[in-house]
Amino acid sequence: MAIEIQPGQTHEPGGGAPAAASRPARPWWRRPAIHTAVAGAVVGYVLGHLLGNFLGSGYQQLALSDSSDLPIVLGYVFAILGWLVGLGVFNDLARQVTGRPAMESNGHVETGGVAQYFRYSLDHKVVGIQYLVGMLIYFCTAGLFAMAIRTELLSPVHHVFSSSAYVEIVGEHGTMMMMLMTSVILGPFGNYLVPLMIGSKRVAFPRIEALSFWLTPAAFLILLSGLLLGGFPFGWTGYAPLSIQSTYGADSYAIAFGLMGLSMIMAGFNLIVTIVCYRAPGMRWSRLPMFVWSMLATSFLMVLAAPVLVGGMYMLITDRTVQTAFFTDTLGGSSYLYQNLFWFFGHPEVYILALPGFGIVSEIIPVFCRKPLFGYKVAAAGMMGVTLLSFFVWQHHLFDSGINPDMRPLFMLTTELISIPTGFIYLVAMGTFWKAKIRLTVPMLFALGMYFNFLIGGISGVFLSDVPADTTEHGSFFVMAHFHYTIMGGLIFALMAGIYYWLPKMMGVKLNERLGKVQFWTMFVFFNATFLPLFAVGMGGQPRRVFEYARNLQTLNDWVSIAAFGLGCSILIFVINFVYSTVIARVREVGNPWRSRGLEWQVSSPPPPGNFAQVPVVLSGPYEYGDPHAEPVADLAPPPGVLAASVGATQSTRAEA
Amino acid sequence: MAAAADSSPTASRRSEPNHGLRIFLIWLVVAVVADYLIWAVWGPHLPPGDMASAANGQQFDIKVMSVMAAPVVAFVLIYFGYALVVWRQREGDEEDGPALHGHTRIQATWITATSVIVLFLFAFGTYELTTAQGAGAGSGEGPSPIWKPNGVKPLQVQVIGQQWRFTYRYPQFGGFETTALMLPKGQWVEFHVTSLDVIHSFWAYQLGVKADANPGVDNVAFTKPTQTGQVTVRCAELCGLWHGAMFNYGHVVSPAAFASWAKSTQTQLVSVTKILPPYATTYDPTVIPNINKAMAKSGITGANGYYYPPQDPEQP
Repeated sequence: MAIEIQPGQTHEPGGGAPAAASRPARPWWRRPAIHTAVAGAVVGYVLGHLLGNFLGSGYQQLALSDSSDLPIVLGYVFAILGWLVGLGVFNDLARQVTGRPAMESNGHVETGGVAQYFRYSLDHKVVGIQYLVGMLIYFCTAGLFAMAIRTELLSPVHHVFSSSAYVEIVGEHGTMMMMLMTSVILGPFGNYLVPLMIGSKRVAFPRIEALSFWLTPAAFLILLSGLLLGGFPFGWTGYAPLSIQSTYGADSYAIAFGLMGLSMIMAGFNLIVTIVCYRAPGMRWSRLPMFVWSMLATSFLMVLAAPVLVGGMYMLITDRTVQTAFFTDTLGGSSYLYQNLFWFFGHPEVYILALPGFGIVSEIIPVFCRKPLFGYKVAAAGMMGVTLLSFFVWQHHLFDSGINPDMRPLFMLTTELISIPTGFIYLVAMGTFWKAKIRLTVPMLFALGMYFNFLIGGISGVFLSDVPADTTEHGSFFVMAHFHYTIMGGLIFALMAGIYYWLPKMMGVKLNERLGKVQFWTMFVFFNATFLPLFAVGMGGQPRRVFEYARNLQTLNDWVSIAAFGLGCSILIFVINFVYSTVIARVREVGNPWRSRGLEWQVSSPPPPGNFAQVPVVLSGPYEYGDPHAEPVADLAPPPGVLAASVGATQSTRAEA
Repeated sequence: MAAAADSSPTASRRSEPNHGLRIFLIWLVVAVVADYLIWAVWGPHLPPGDMASAANGQQFDIKVMSVMAAPVVAFVLIYFGYALVVWRQREGDEEDGPALHGHTRIQATWITATSVIVLFLFAFGTYELTTAQGAGAGSGEGPSPIWKPNGVKPLQVQVIGQQWRFTYRYPQFGGFETTALMLPKGQWVEFHVTSLDVIHSFWAYQLGVKADANPGVDNVAFTKPTQTGQVTVRCAELCGLWHGAMFNYGHVVSPAAFASWAKSTQTQLVSVTKILPPYATTYDPTVIPNINKAMAKSGITGANGYYYPPQDPEQP
């Protein structure tokens, strides 16, 4: 049984020396925050660039090649280091190395106010909000690129953008969405809610958690800076040798994606340890909320898959800078190697994007059905089954590539098998809806939308797993429609459900319900109007990422473009609602508006510092709706002795020590 | 399973209708109608058409998968629709629903049913892929295909992808190279797809062929055109700036017309063929024999062995 022991002395997140030094507060501009980070990044870039020029000039091979990427790459690397130094990431480390006491002012004890959100804060609740706002900014930026793509596709022959501008836009949209949205739920909700849901006062590794967030703005800005270097013409997959052939913009892709891989590893690692080791007494595995299960599964995927991405990006960078030849077939490398590495990460990543959505909807439907979650163990097993199987399917992205052609039946089998645990999500939902008392609140509407969209996305995925059918569908708009149904229709609808459901918890304010309903219906209708016809467009023979297409597909493409602008407007409604509700109207919501049994709802909103006055003792599962004999979910103020008794003889001695 | 059968349903009220039966009956009607429409009405028009054996096979696969998928989709949607109509919260009803934690038999049935469907689809897909008629289903099978048409001598056509055009070589006709894809009706075609620079994908939509063009790799795909007509060829793998405009057209013609076209083109291009690199399954674009002659001859045909120069890729 994993527990959080109440330590005898003040134990701030992140540890540190017992007696933290307190210096007189310095003026804000002298304290590490985002402005010093930007300054550090600029200085770092200049240093790195100069170093790259210096190193590159010494090697004939590099000096002779038509372009040297070394200054750009080292510039980015040193910019990242400067960014982190400027944030004060290494301050405590330096103090501990030199034997000085850790500083309190380094975010351990927050002064409150808006300023803390611009610092390297070690409070998981601050990090959660940072993630939420950051992810929404990234999502909207990438969404604007999608609007540009649809504008170009209004006509098969008249072009809005040049071919290079179009391909840059496609690359930026795809990469930004696929790399940054991996943390769109794990970042905000995982970091914020998991400790609350498992009854912990903190996460296991606050510094790693904070670092995982602060790498995302760096990755975002580096990726965007690729536009200044001419962009990258290879979409989000970055297949070599095209990515080796490309100009400097490709460096921004490789550095940003690799950096985001590091962020994923850190975020996942922190959550795994938190969930395994920081559960409150009584929070058995069989009482873990489904959202926490999904976070555990996602974290495992991140920790196990992202290193392959980081390795692949590293090899790409060395191929581009110091002329290694991992992916050049004439020099003994293989372009298949890159495809293997990329998709060995890339397919688990798809489930990094799907599982958090499953977790959120499974968490929300029992509350608004007023029924226990049907088949709790099946739901948890489904998530773990998806996690495991997702490592064995990656070559279905390469069915037509000529790689391991004889293995295709095997990958067809594994790919189709993964639909069994995925189907459990529907079994659980349908069982929960049986004779329920359904309340159509905004979060519930979004959860229902997720089930509808993901059904279409999942079923179309089965079409893609079949090799003969895939021969037509592969690389076409059919695939594009498929994964937008699972990611946009699944993940983003679940994200919206989560925001409407948990924002009262996280910010203590309620989102406007009327605007929320308007947003749901416009988003749902326009989403389906956008992506349903794209299945037909793909089947009709339109490959992905093209700007010229067959004339007979123009009507459908125009319909899709207009619907896509509608979809963009529905996101705008969300942004308006978010800003209006959290900044202007600020309707307070302190209690438990949804009458949820979730442990996170048993404390005030937003939760007090330290989450719980005392470590609670969990008494029953979170979904015991309709059971008159069910105990309350937790004892928030267990009398002395109860805690020790509840965790057994061996640990009670530790607790009393 | 801890989610044991719930033996004390609160729904012991006699007036409660049999929801399960109702949902089942609605589903049965919808599923039968949908499957009939898919099979009989929509099926013959499903992409990618029936102009070639591979396309036909893919159309059949898509049809079978649609017939399998429609009842599943219908079941889930009908269930949710029914639930939203019947099991909505009534005004003033603040009670919770029945405390139903699970139902072993239903869970086991669900798992069995989905497993059966999935295993059937796997067996079906494998059969379609590996039989002689399927012959790899038109997809790229790498340099040494094991699933190929039996006992026939196919027409070999090499597809060379480069930024941003396809060229074709006919090794059985002296290895001449052309930008025109001509195929005879009724004969198996063996495509050898390769690339000179980055990864492309040769997608002959109406032929049901899709094979990645990898540099240094010979990727083989089979199909048999069964009707004459025009074929759209598109690049289906992002290959750089002009990927969006990388397409051309091929033609399936009668065997006699093909034979005369091949013979006359071979004669016409004989001087160009001489300075081309000799026919091979793959090419190394950094080693081009006769490069000066090939450059000087550029303009005789669209293809002419002129490897695309790296400068100014914006305006080819």
